[in-house]
Amino acid sequence: MPIDKSLVGRSFPPTRPYAVSEENVRAFVTATGGEYDGGPAPATYPIVVAFDAMNDFLEAEQVDLFRIVHGEQGFSYLRAVEPGDVLTATLTVASLRQIGGADIIGTTSVITDEGGAEVCTGTATIVHRGEA
Amino acid sequence: MGTDLEPRTFRVTRDDLVAYAAASGDHNPIHQDDEVARSVGLPGVIAHGMFTMALAARYVEEWVGRRGQVLTIGAKFTKPVPVPPEGAEVEVSGVYEHQGDDKVVSLTVTCNGEQVLGRLKATLRA
Repeated sequence: MPIDKSLVGRSFPPTRPYAVSEENVRAFVTATGGEYDGGPAPATYPIVVAFDAMNDFLEAEQVDLFRIVHGEQGFSYLRAVEPGDVLTATLTVASLRQIGGADIIGTTSVITDEGGAEVCTGTATIVHRGEA
Repeated sequence: MGTDLEPRTFRVTRDDLVAYAAASGDHNPIHQDDEVARSVGLPGVIAHGMFTMALAARYVEEWVGRRGQVLTIGAKFTKPVPVPPEGAEVEVSGVYEHQGDDKVVSLTVTCNGEQVLGRLKATLRA
């Protein structure tokens, strides 16, 4: 089922606050073969929160995760993410196109800290393959 | 002309993908289950695009010598990275240069000789 065009411009409720801990950052770093001894999180770490936002969005739109392929992702930082941060992402649907039975969905997730200050913005394109 | 960064090869196993799914919260079964992956037209289990981008970020951050210096990073996921039961190898290389006031690393990531990320670029804190 194609995704509803009227979604463009809509913002979804902020994600549940996510507490960044050294333990969580270490798990992320070691999963990609790196070493972590404290300090800022790696540059793609905010995907953890951006992904929460995407999951909430997919659930709200009743889209199955396994029909989704990530097309593009970017992060733009105002400051690095540090353990102790409590982050929340607010996703907005920026664009929607249909190509050959697939929906190409552009999203922007603004990630803020506990004080409401922006830490970084994630931009994503996700491809939804409808049922054959 | 930029400065070439030393290319590196990263080995990726299905266990890495399981660990990454747990650490990132991305439990899409196309990264764990061959049957589900094939049902959506993929050759089998593939790495999370963000796993591959995380390798590229690690490459940049280890070259810089510390984390927290990346201002922007982004890419297009142009080709899947199939991870068969015996694992896969991902090669990362980069070129560092000043573009105006920006310090930019342009990256190339390949698997089986094919480029898997497009327009992969990181800009660094001045």
